[in-house]
Amino acid sequence: MTVFERPKSLADIPMHYCPGCTHGIVHRLVAEVIDELGIEGRTVGIAPVGCSVMAYDYFTCDMIEAAHGRAPAVATGVKRSDPDNLIVFTYQGDGDLASIGTAETVHAAARNENITIVFINNAIYGMTGGQMAPTSLPGQVTQTSPYGRDVNACGYPVKVCEMLSELDGPEYLERVTVNNVRNVRNAKRAIKKAFQNQIDKKGFSLIEVLSSCPTNWGMTPEKALQWIDEKMIPYYPLGVYKDRSAGIGPMYKKEAAE
Amino acid sequence: MTEKVLMKGNEAIAEAAIRAGCRHYFGYPITPQTEIAAYMAKRMPKIGGTFLQAESEIAAINMVYGVSAAGKRVMTSSSSPGISLKGEGLSYLAGADLPAVIVNAQRGGPGLGGIQPSQSDYFQATRGGGHGDYHMIVLAPASVQEMAELTIRGFELADEYRMTAMILADGTTGQMMEPVSFDFEVKEPPAKPWATTGTKMARPHNIVNSLYLVPEELEQGNLDRYARYELIKEKEAKAEMYLTDDAEIVIAAFGIAARVSRNAVDEARANGIKAGLIRPITVWPFPDKAFKSVLPHTKAVLSVELSMGQMIEDVLLAVNGQAPVTLVNRVGGMIPSPEQVYQAIVEAAKKGGN
Amino acid sequence: MKREFLFSGFGGQGLLFSGKVLAYKGLIEDKNVSWLPSYGPEMRGGTASCGVIISDEPVGAPIVLHPDVLVAMNLPSLDRYEPAVKPGGLILVDSSLIGRKVERTDVSVLYVPATRLADENGTSTLANMVLVGRLLAELGEYNEETVDTALQKCVSARHQDLLELNRKMMEIGKNYEE
Repeated sequence: MTVFERPKSLADIPMHYCPGCTHGIVHRLVAEVIDELGIEGRTVGIAPVGCSVMAYDYFTCDMIEAAHGRAPAVATGVKRSDPDNLIVFTYQGDGDLASIGTAETVHAAARNENITIVFINNAIYGMTGGQMAPTSLPGQVTQTSPYGRDVNACGYPVKVCEMLSELDGPEYLERVTVNNVRNVRNAKRAIKKAFQNQIDKKGFSLIEVLSSCPTNWGMTPEKALQWIDEKMIPYYPLGVYKDRSAGIGPMYKKEAAE
Repeated sequence: MTEKVLMKGNEAIAEAAIRAGCRHYFGYPITPQTEIAAYMAKRMPKIGGTFLQAESEIAAINMVYGVSAAGKRVMTSSSSPGISLKGEGLSYLAGADLPAVIVNAQRGGPGLGGIQPSQSDYFQATRGGGHGDYHMIVLAPASVQEMAELTIRGFELADEYRMTAMILADGTTGQMMEPVSFDFEVKEPPAKPWATTGTKMARPHNIVNSLYLVPEELEQGNLDRYARYELIKEKEAKAEMYLTDDAEIVIAAFGIAARVSRNAVDEARANGIKAGLIRPITVWPFPDKAFKSVLPHTKAVLSVELSMGQMIEDVLLAVNGQAPVTLVNRVGGMIPSPEQVYQAIVEAAKKGGN
Repeated sequence: MKREFLFSGFGGQGLLFSGKVLAYKGLIEDKNVSWLPSYGPEMRGGTASCGVIISDEPVGAPIVLHPDVLVAMNLPSLDRYEPAVKPGGLILVDSSLIGRKVERTDVSVLYVPATRLADENGTSTLANMVLVGRLLAELGEYNEETVDTALQKCVSARHQDLLELNRKMMEIGKNYEE
């Protein structure tokens, strides 16, 4: 009896991620969802620039590597090439999605582009060795904020779900994390919904996953998972920020108030 | 023969793209090429295609990258400042060996420059436009008819060689109306087994990528690409030769500069000067052989350009010191007049001991 | 035979359209033609011009620097382009909008109160077509059939109701005597 196995759509090759990094967990969740929905043969994934740049090797569906920040634009092109058949997802980090690619992110959301975005927010640039990210917390020490992020000099973190939730466009925005078993299960539920929305032609779905970077945070993997609970979640509250079909989001609150 | 219609150059490009089977167009408004977007916006929804006004030039070229990766014919268009923004995408398209057609209706620069015609993006176009070692096939139409023909040819070449073809037009050729006939064959796109169209669980996954962290692999990719470029130089370089058989004064000019130069050549001939015109139709690959073929009787070459002298470098390489080469130019949105070119011919003829 | 025309005036006076009708007529008559507008940031009101070349030979430069025929619909245009007209050329002046006379003595001049005539007959916005009608009559090239086909090609489907009015304005121009 098989108790545990690799999802079919996750390639059987060694990953380059650091020990304790949560990319592996999220990759697995995406692959499980693709398997469960039976969509591998019609899925195209877009890898970003950042730690997950080589995600194109890890998923067994067709994959495209995009320029830094441009994955939502590339995904738009792919989706529009065959909107009835293809399932298109991007897998992007915080520097990619919320700094250099902010415009592409916001406008894909505004268009309610029928794509799925898996957004890894670990509050740091991992690939280049731990620089300040658009999502680094106030006071957070990084290579390029050695005295802690000074909000007077470099501003405040970008809260992606909150920001996008103000748009009329997007279908579904949820923030989750993967720092314990319960949260991992919840993250999978959200990611699955984000893919299901696309199958159902509901439109733009983005799942923000609060993730750890033990290497660049300078912590043990275990401590890093605790840091998500202690520091990140208070600043980036988990939950559904927009669900058009369920009438959740700032726009619906306003309507209710009126 | 089908009926000729009067059309703007920009509209002819758009119509030709549609006839070439392009069903995806992404663009961002910029003068003087917006007619292309307007035409696509009108037509694409009626033929089941996609017109999308992107949030930026950068997004537009990356949407192009996505459609091309998925194996479909796709186009974007812009004018000089917008093409600079697309530079990143052009490099990625080259690195991933993806076909696409890009239109540049050039305007004067640098910076925001002006909106009047220019040819000052010649270096940018013929040397690649973005970072890294690569080329685009660069086609330089000089009439509305050629805007149509070269757009279709651009799609064919892009698919055949898996690279970007640029239509290097300018404000004038884009804005002017001339009769155009769309009476030509279009080659079907070749099979694209590399495209990311979904595995359908019937093949290993395709990866469209320009990242090669192993230097030996990246080197090999560059060498393979340049081997293909050699083939293109051999097979695809093209120029129009006008009265060059016995020409002693040879003008090199493309696009709108060639139209002006033709008047000057006619004037010179009427006054007994043996002048001729080589009009590069491809500026990359540059038609070196056309120049070599006229050298035995050429006493001087004039490079007529709407730039501070960019194509002249390719002319110098082609002529290789065997005749003096002089620049005749206007810049900033100005166009050399036929009189200016004619006077330069007269000067050259005097010096050349004609 | 090659003839270069320059239409110039305010944006919105239909200069580009009249040039197009002329070019289409040339195309229908199997000539080589080119049509080139000035283009600028201003969509309406600024000075606009449009050069048309009709030729038996292939057209070289599409830019009209020294027109055989100048159609001037405002004073700045006449000021600017009067000196550029080829000796022996022709200048059409919309005399309802331009107060002064042409100073050159080596060109022919036609003064047509086009805007007033158009206004009296329906709409001042078609003064351009009055001038085209007068111009073609003067050149002896007012061919009813090709003029009509050209008009049909140029008036968009959306504005078919204006076709008859365009015809009428050209007729008025054709029959106008100073």
